Amino acid sequence: MSLIELSAIERVFTLGDSEVHALHALDLAIEAGEYVAIMGPSGSGKSTLLNLLGLLDRPNAGTYRLEGRDVTTLSAEEQARVRRERIGFVFQSFHLVPRLTAAENVALPMMLAGIPAAERAQRVTTALADYGLTDRASHRPDQLSGGQRQRVAIARATIMRPAMLLADEPTGNLDRATGEDVMSLLEGLNAGGVTLIVVTHDPVLGGRARRRVMMQDGSKVEDTGAR
Amino acid sequence: MRPADVLRFAAGSATGYPLRTFLMVLAMSIGVAAVVMLTALGDGARRYVVNEFSSLGSNLVIVLPGRSETGGFNPANAITGTPRDLTVGDAHAIARAPSVLRTAPLTIGTSEAAYGGKLKDVTVVGTTADYFLIRGLTVAQGRILPAGDTGLSSSVAILGAKVREEMFGAEPAVGRMIRVGDRRYRVIGVMAQSGQGLGMNADEVIVLPVSAAQAMFNTNTLFRILVEAKGRESILAAKAEAAEIIKTRHDGEEDVTVITQDAVLATFDRILGVLTYGVAGIAGISLAVAGILVMNVMLVAVTQRTGEIGLMKALGAPGHTIRNAFLTEAALLSTAGAVLGYLIGQGGAFVLRLTFPTLPAHAPVWAVIAALATALVTGLLFGVMPANRAARLDPVQALAKR
Repeated sequence: MSLIELSAIERVFTLGDSEVHALHALDLAIEAGEYVAIMGPSGSGKSTLLNLLGLLDRPNAGTYRLEGRDVTTLSAEEQARVRRERIGFVFQSFHLVPRLTAAENVALPMMLAGIPAAERAQRVTTALADYGLTDRASHRPDQLSGGQRQRVAIARATIMRPAMLLADEPTGNLDRATGEDVMSLLEGLNAGGVTLIVVTHDPVLGGRARRRVMMQDGSKVEDTGAR
Repeated sequence: MRPADVLRFAAGSATGYPLRTFLMVLAMSIGVAAVVMLTALGDGARRYVVNEFSSLGSNLVIVLPGRSETGGFNPANAITGTPRDLTVGDAHAIARAPSVLRTAPLTIGTSEAAYGGKLKDVTVVGTTADYFLIRGLTVAQGRILPAGDTGLSSSVAILGAKVREEMFGAEPAVGRMIRVGDRRYRVIGVMAQSGQGLGMNADEVIVLPVSAAQAMFNTNTLFRILVEAKGRESILAAKAEAAEIIKTRHDGEEDVTVITQDAVLATFDRILGVLTYGVAGIAGISLAVAGILVMNVMLVAVTQRTGEIGLMKALGAPGHTIRNAFLTEAALLSTAGAVLGYLIGQGGAFVLRLTFPTLPAHAPVWAVIAALATALVTGLLFGVMPANRAARLDPVQALAKR
């Protein structure tokens, strides 16, 4: 059983009178623990694919099985639960809540999951220590550097110990050196068993992945690691 | 999400945008303060009037000539047409009723008073000593009318405080002779400052014995008969007895109206109570406006925090969690506004009381509770739409917006 199984996925957007096939007849299977880069020019459907994988969007047709379970038919409530417990997101623009401190941002998913405050505090302390952010715990995002912000975002994405991490251009807003740090961090997590899926248009970044999926016009045109 | 976390999160969002929060709390507080202050004013006016009427005297029953209520066709009306006049004899007869403590006949007219070349138009009140007892009037100097019936020969007068001041100035008034109409009266007393009551200012009258006043106005009718019941519980009995006695004395015809002070009070109480409700309603409009402002501000908040809402959804917050967070925020802001408005309103009422000490401007409890409840309900009600909009946001689009 694969971690992710997409079959015959269709995603159509209606823009005015015309229909845009963002994804067309897409089949994709990803095993647990894989490191996959989804690559392609803008408009190729890679972001749509990531949103689908993250249950932020629903396909018009086709099935998406996550850990053997068909998640396309789940209610919004159940999908939210799956996102909360199995999926971690890392965004290009970090998406930290500006009024919350680093520690509070990291604690956010646990708060949404209803985990008691004492346990939250303990897990946040551990996570911040793991990512070298202990002395930044009470800083707000605007007091952090780009690299620190993305590390806080990664800490937040992993605090619920998800099965997979979805990273959308995780180094897009960072300089090369900091981006390198962030990628090593993500790759370290992958080495620890977390499935890592990175969406990028940067061939250098994509080249680091063990498996590369090339997208064009809503279809998969190349897949180095398809088994 | 735990309730305590929802509360903390909403409080954080509210304080995260201080200006917006301040403006909204301000709008809400103005609404609540308006209700509290205006109802304090209305209710204060009501209590002021009720107090004034209470000062007329306690356990008062008033007999008026003529029938003010329609009693259907009475054969007697067809023959006589006009009601019989009230007389001093009627007053004496009522005084003998078992529930009646004392009565005072009252005749009123205007005349001209003169002393030392000074002329003044005055209200002349013809009555007996019991009038002073019933109304609780006291004299500042001299004494009240002599008790019992006084004949025409008794040419004495008691001046209202203002009449004395204007006619005599610094001179002593008691013992002097004053001309009222075409007769001269000896001043035997000056009334203490009293104020308004029964439609006339007791400070601007000259009180004469009833027979003297009737002679002056060339009449034997009375304007009113004031009746004091023996106690609060015997007011209704006194009213019935007075009506019965007059009916007997007036050939079986009920040609007077007997009212109790309580009835008059109740009427004023009701009128001013309605006024207070009206004022509260007008102030309530400002609360509704504040509610719409809550909605506007919350809608702006949703737009402002679209990215954050998208993130919350990506982190696994279901729609209802986001709706709750926004509703809680609206409720918190409304509560803060309501509490602040309550304090401002009570402060305003306090200033009113300081400025107009005679006006007991206390906001009624019902108005305070209604204002606070309306603030909360409008806040929540108008918070529902923005909260639902936040809950329904498409996470993909929300995240793309930054």
